[in-house]
Order: sequence, then C-alpha cells, then structure tokens
Amino acid sequence: MSRDNTPDSHDFPTRRYDLVKEFVIALVVALVLSFGLAAIFSSPDEKAITMSGWAKADPDNLVTTAASELAGTTTSATYGAPYNTNAEGQKLGPIPMQKLGGVRIPIDSADLVLGPLSNSSADPAVSAAEATWKAATPDQRTKWATAYTDAIGTAAADGAPATGAGGEVAKVKAGDYGPVPVLSAGLLALATTGGLEGALTSSGNFYGGDQTKSLLLLSDGAYLEDLARAQNLGGDQWGMMNEVGNAPGQPWMWLYTFWYQVKPFSTSDNADAQVWALMMLLTLVLMLVPFIPGLRSIPRWTPIHRLVWRNYYRTKRA
Amino acid sequence: MTARAGELSPDVTADPKNWTNRLRGWFEGLVPPGQALPARQPVYVASWIYVFGVLTLASLVVVVASGCVLALGGVAWWHVSAVGHYFNSVHLWSVEMFFGFMVVHLWGKFWMAAWRGKRALTWITGIVLFGISIGTSFTGFLSQSNFSSQWIGAEGKDGINSIGAGAFFNVLNPGQMLLWHVVLLPLGVGLLTLIHIILVRRRGVVPPIDAELEG
Repeated sequence: MSRDNTPDSHDFPTRRYDLVKEFVIALVVALVLSFGLAAIFSSPDEKAITMSGWAKADPDNLVTTAASELAGTTTSATYGAPYNTNAEGQKLGPIPMQKLGGVRIPIDSADLVLGPLSNSSADPAVSAAEATWKAATPDQRTKWATAYTDAIGTAAADGAPATGAGGEVAKVKAGDYGPVPVLSAGLLALATTGGLEGALTSSGNFYGGDQTKSLLLLSDGAYLEDLARAQNLGGDQWGMMNEVGNAPGQPWMWLYTFWYQVKPFSTSDNADAQVWALMMLLTLVLMLVPFIPGLRSIPRWTPIHRLVWRNYYRTKRA
Repeated sequence: MTARAGELSPDVTADPKNWTNRLRGWFEGLVPPGQALPARQPVYVASWIYVFGVLTLASLVVVVASGCVLALGGVAWWHVSAVGHYFNSVHLWSVEMFFGFMVVHLWGKFWMAAWRGKRALTWITGIVLFGISIGTSFTGFLSQSNFSSQWIGAEGKDGINSIGAGAFFNVLNPGQMLLWHVVLLPLGVGLLTLIHIILVRRRGVVPPIDAELEG
C-alpha cells in the first residue's frame, strides 16, 4: 500500500468507554429482538413431501419418471459428475469445472427403480419383470423404456400439443415395452405404501442418513418443482433467497440470486459455473479492496466518513 | 501512552530458547498491554456505527445458544415440540439479525476505509467471516428436514456441482450437511471471529481519514 500515513490509534487522546457494558446492552437487545420476533412471526415448517404423496397426487408422473430412469433420459441420468459420466457438465470457458471433482457419488439411474424393487417387492410379476430386464441387452432395455416413455407422452402445455397418450398412463396403447410398464407400476405401488424412501436411503444400511438417491428421484419428477414454483421458489423466481410463505429466507444471497435473473446467465447452459465464478471474483475483489488503487480511495472521495466522525472533524476545525 | 503490539516480555528475551516462554511471549504480544479490554477509547470513537460490530457479536451468541438448545432435542425435535419450534424461530430470527447487523458493520467499515494503518488483515478476516457465515446458514437450511430442505437441496446441488465441489460437499446428504452446520463451519466462524477481534484490539480503532496527531 502506498503512503498510508494513518497515525497509531493508541497515540490519540482518549475518552471513557465501557466495552463490557456495551456488549451486555447489545446482548439484551439481541435477545429481546430474537425472542420477540420469534414469538410474533414464528418460523415456517412445511412438512417434507413424501414419495407416497407424489404417488397419490400425480401417479402418472411417478410412472413416467420411473420409465425415464430406466431409459436413462432423466435429469440425474444425464447429469454428469459427481453422479455419472453421461455428460460433460458445466464449463467455465474451456475448463470443465463440473468434472474436476470426479464421479465420487456414483448413481445408475436405473438403480433408482430396480434397487428398491429388488429389495422389497414380493410381487411375482415384478420379480419376473426384473429377471427379463436383467437378461436383456442394454440396447433392448433402452428401446423398451424409450418406447414406453414416448407412448405415455406429455400433456399439451405452453402452446405445444400433447404427445403420446397425453401423459396419461392408463391410455397408453399396446406396444413392445418389455418389462418396463410392470417395473414402473411396481415402483408406483411401492411408493404408495410409503416404503420407497426407506428402500432408497437405507438399503443395506440400518442407519440410513443419506437422502441423495431419494432426492434425485424426486427432483427428476415434476411434483417437487411444481410445489416449489407454486410458492414462488423457482430459480427464475428469486427462489434461492426466499423461504416458503412470507418468512425471510436468505436475503444475503440476493446478489447470487440476481445473476440468474439476467442475461447472459439466464439463458446460459453454464449459468451455475459462471455465476459461481463471478461471485468468487467479486468476493476476492471485496477482500482485496485495501490493495486496489482507486477502489480503496472511494471512501476518501465520498463524504460519508465526515458523517461518522463529524464530532471529531468539528472539534478539529474549531 | 501504551506499549506497542508485538513487544516481547522480559522472560522471552531472557531465555528465548524456552518454548513455553516463547509461546507465552507470543500470546502476550498479540495485543498491547492494557488494550485487550480497555476502559477508554480514542476520542473519535463516538458514533452509532460502532455499535453494529458488537450487535453482530451479540447476535452470534444468541445464534449459538439457540442452536445448542435445538441440539439438546435432536434433529427432528423441533417438528413435534412447541418449545422446539419456538427455539427454531429464535434461531432463525437471530440469524437474520446477525446478517443484518454484520452487513451494516461491513459497509460502515468500508466507508471509513477501516483497512488503513496496517488493518488490511482485519478487513480480510471480516469478509471471509461473512462468506463462511453464508455457508453456515446455507447448511442450516439444508438440515431442517422439511420441504424447504428438499427444495433448497435440489436447487443448490446444481450450483455446488457445477464447480466440482459437489463430489466432496453433497447438499443432498443431510447427515453431512448437519455436521458441517453444527461443527465444522461454526468452528471456522468462532475461530475467525476470535482472530478478527484480536486484530481489532491489536491495532485499535482506525482513526478518521486524514486525522493528524497534535504536536
């Protein structure tokens, strides 16, 4: 730093100041405000959604998601690191940022369906379907699952016409879908009983504490996002800094959230990596303000400090 | 006039090879004698803006204390107990205040150019503290075991994964997130807060811009 002539603070005349008293008063203020605001506004606690809730609210979507997991076309199936190698993932210019950490949480999307079924289904038809699936070649499996998801199709939305059976499983026409309909229906049945979460999170582990698989499956469907968007929590709805209802969430993340609302980030395939890089850069600049010529002089050029130390400057003038 | 930061005690100069002497000397030299908890401050320390640093610290005490009460009951206690829910609310609102006070403190220090006079490290530790605090609150939202946690995890994973960090910091694993929230990140916040306060006491409160000593 150049020409920092700031005098030693210990050489200035002093005045009485009680730090401990100041802290105790601040603590009382913080306690009164925290307990008071908690009593008046409480805090949100909307129950976690369940696979059973999903199965009952939108069974067609759960079946479609299951079939898509088998086809390998869901978001998690085509995600890339850290779950699989099925995509390059996000990049920052030429740097494959997402791949840098490697595939350390390997997840085969078909296992999100087959894993729970193989551990918990007592239905002979499902067991037979699993055996058929395992005996088939990877190409055949993909053909069956893709044909079934195409046959289910999607409902008309945003001006786009309906496809297949319009998203209604019951109206799917007969076709060569192999064991996929039985497996998908089996997962729906398991979800309806309330056993799917447990089968996904604690399979082979009595103390299941990792919800990665169940959250990925839930995210691959439309149920979670539909509920979140209904509460204005979507990424393009400033959702990352908001909470459910009117409760404050993380307003300190306003700048991070802001970038997602504007171009080029709002239309970029690499938005997450780009926003992270930008925020890291801005944080670094803020950290290094004391060493950046021009930036470090802004407070000197702006008379706000005259307000803070107005008594001192007035006394000096006198 | 008080002694300067970094001065060594007589024991150290008498026997500099004694590790205990050296460690004690290092501790004693962190803050000038009498400046750890002084009963007087420079005349220019007279503004409401100075209150926000101590309000941030006081809020942090409430955050940690309410978090400890929640820890007594366990992860799911606050979902089924009115007392637990109330302390969760206290925890939430103290965090909101903590950040509010910290942001005012931060911008106050910016406009005072509080990094002057060899105080750059004080500024830097403050910014890092702000960043770690954001991470701590984020892991708290992920540890709520309710709908918010599900959605924040589902959304947040894409940001973390996009830079390769998701392989080590799995926001979809509430067990890992809870441990980061109650152990690792609070340790970081506590340690940096201690360093930040020691640095403030070591250099004293930054003098006004263009201030000159008389005589």
